[in-house]
Amino acid sequence: MGVDRRQFLKIAGLSALAGLGAKSAFELLAPGKVEAALPLMEGKRWAMVIDMRHMTEDISRKCKEACHQVHNVPEFGDPKVEIKWIWEEEFGHAFPDQESEYVADEVKHKDFLLLCNHCSNPPCCRVCPTGATWQREDGIVMMDWHRCIGCRFCMAGCPYGSRSFNWFDPRKSPKDLNPDFPRNPEFPTRSKGVVEKCTFCDERLAKGQLPACVEAANKIKKESIIFGDLADPESNVREALRKHFTIRRKPELGTSPNVYYII
Amino acid sequence: MLDRVIKGGPKYWGWLIFLAVMMTIGFIVYLYQFKTGLGVTGMSRDVSWGLYISQFTYLVGIAAGGVMVALPCYLHDYKAFGRITVLGEFMAIAAVLMCLLFIMVDLGYLPRIMNVIMYPHPKSILFWDMIVLNVYLLLNLLIGWNVIAAERKGIHYQKWVKVLIYISIPWAFSIHTVTAFLYAGLPGRHFWLTAIMAPRFLASAFCSGPALLLIICLIVRKVSKFDPGEKQMRTLSGIIAYAFILNIFFFLMEVFTAFYSQIPGHMHSLVYLFAGLDGYGKLVPWMWAFAVASVVALVLLIVPATRRKEDTLLVACVFVIIATWIDKGLGLVIGGFIPDPFDKVFEYWPTTPEILIALGVWATGFFVLTVLFKMAVSIKEEVGA
Repeated sequence: MGVDRRQFLKIAGLSALAGLGAKSAFELLAPGKVEAALPLMEGKRWAMVIDMRHMTEDISRKCKEACHQVHNVPEFGDPKVEIKWIWEEEFGHAFPDQESEYVADEVKHKDFLLLCNHCSNPPCCRVCPTGATWQREDGIVMMDWHRCIGCRFCMAGCPYGSRSFNWFDPRKSPKDLNPDFPRNPEFPTRSKGVVEKCTFCDERLAKGQLPACVEAANKIKKESIIFGDLADPESNVREALRKHFTIRRKPELGTSPNVYYII
Repeated sequence: MLDRVIKGGPKYWGWLIFLAVMMTIGFIVYLYQFKTGLGVTGMSRDVSWGLYISQFTYLVGIAAGGVMVALPCYLHDYKAFGRITVLGEFMAIAAVLMCLLFIMVDLGYLPRIMNVIMYPHPKSILFWDMIVLNVYLLLNLLIGWNVIAAERKGIHYQKWVKVLIYISIPWAFSIHTVTAFLYAGLPGRHFWLTAIMAPRFLASAFCSGPALLLIICLIVRKVSKFDPGEKQMRTLSGIIAYAFILNIFFFLMEVFTAFYSQIPGHMHSLVYLFAGLDGYGKLVPWMWAFAVASVVALVLLIVPATRRKEDTLLVACVFVIIATWIDKGLGLVIGGFIPDPFDKVFEYWPTTPEILIALGVWATGFFVLTVLFKMAVSIKEEVGA
């Protein structure tokens, strides 16, 4: 949905004042209703193509830094409670169903960038009891940190491990690891006890900007990550998918991921 | 009716005070968890449900198991169970209460719990679980209370109670079916993705619930003048035997499918549980304890001589509870998260605060159970049932 947090609160607050109640606020904010009035970048089905031929350790790191900085993702220095929106994983772990002893050397130890797949058929949205995670009409799987009750059903439902839970208060994350937290005052920090994940930078798309990771990657190597509208046959992503053989993570589960990898 | 609850001997009061202390400790530790965050538990990004949700799952079984007394009584006119149906209903009340508390202590943002009702999302199985559990609690409260009140007055309970009883029987099946659906419909969690999950849950419910009830019946007979009855306990032991055999049979079917098909996703969780995976195996001794307890319980329940003898039957019931608790209250939930979606092993073990909170919830359940049973048994003693 093309509203940022402030607008969300404004609409929710106003409708509560007007006696509309929370239910109608939800209806008002239902995907596609308010969109038209807001400066959303056009797109019907957002997708990402990651060109692994161009990806390097440096690019992956920059992508991760850019994302986690712009979204105030804290660093806890402990894999047990870590929060990650985008991260690296070796081929065998990114594609465990494709694992083989004899994978090409260059692929085997390459770091694959992983993030939310913004599935066309997302199990996380299906299992959420409150609609705190839902799918926009343009395919983005969104997260409302103000509605999430922290039941973590979505984490059990996601077959990609793309969701993180705030086991502690991010504002109390270790100071030595997060010296200037929160680094982006424009973006909200989360409270403890809610789930979060990548939202394809919906806040940047709304301003007509590319997702932070795409921007960071393309600064180093042009077209190492391509982002665009899958519904448009002439789009950059469709062209890339026509030209190259791509794979997706666990397509056999029927979730229809929208992040593609050129090997 | 409730006045009977405050008349009791030193042992009764000592037990209640002990439970109250455990509840207080649990509550204080919960306040700490509430303030600090769920990071004080052993749960992690990879194993995102732990002791709380597995206790919840186990206790839904105990709650549903109570129906194994009501069903023969009301659907098969097995009159002997009429003496103890109310005990099954009161056990269900305590168990459902614990289920709800375990869900609550597991939530990251408890103050928002009403969002489940304010923004209902019927596609989510959790929404339906909330409905079936709360209705089941209400049904058992209404039925249990009215049946025992009528018994006190020496009259037959009202007709509408009978209607509720008939509703409550299939409803008991629904609570554990819906709870199984929480797990059985998730893509990518192979250990849970099995059509036999709900039947497995029901089989384990119908042995663990009656086993606990039978143990409580033996205690009741020892500490009160009310005798639940020889015949009743013998029938219960038969039910436990059949359900436990089914439970183990279903489990072995899972083992067959996983290992004969040799599909890694289906095998890995079982391998982790029983042999360890990639050098990690915290649950291995527990799962073998489950296997041993199951075999002991099976032998004691199948051999007629040991099933009919009270002390060996008691041992069998204790082993049934141990086996089903390890299987469902530990292995099933944790095993489902290992290996994680990246085919890596990140182990889970509950922390001290987590265990104390869980014990606090169990104590709350036993407190309610004790009080309700005290009331029911006192009334039964008075009317000389």
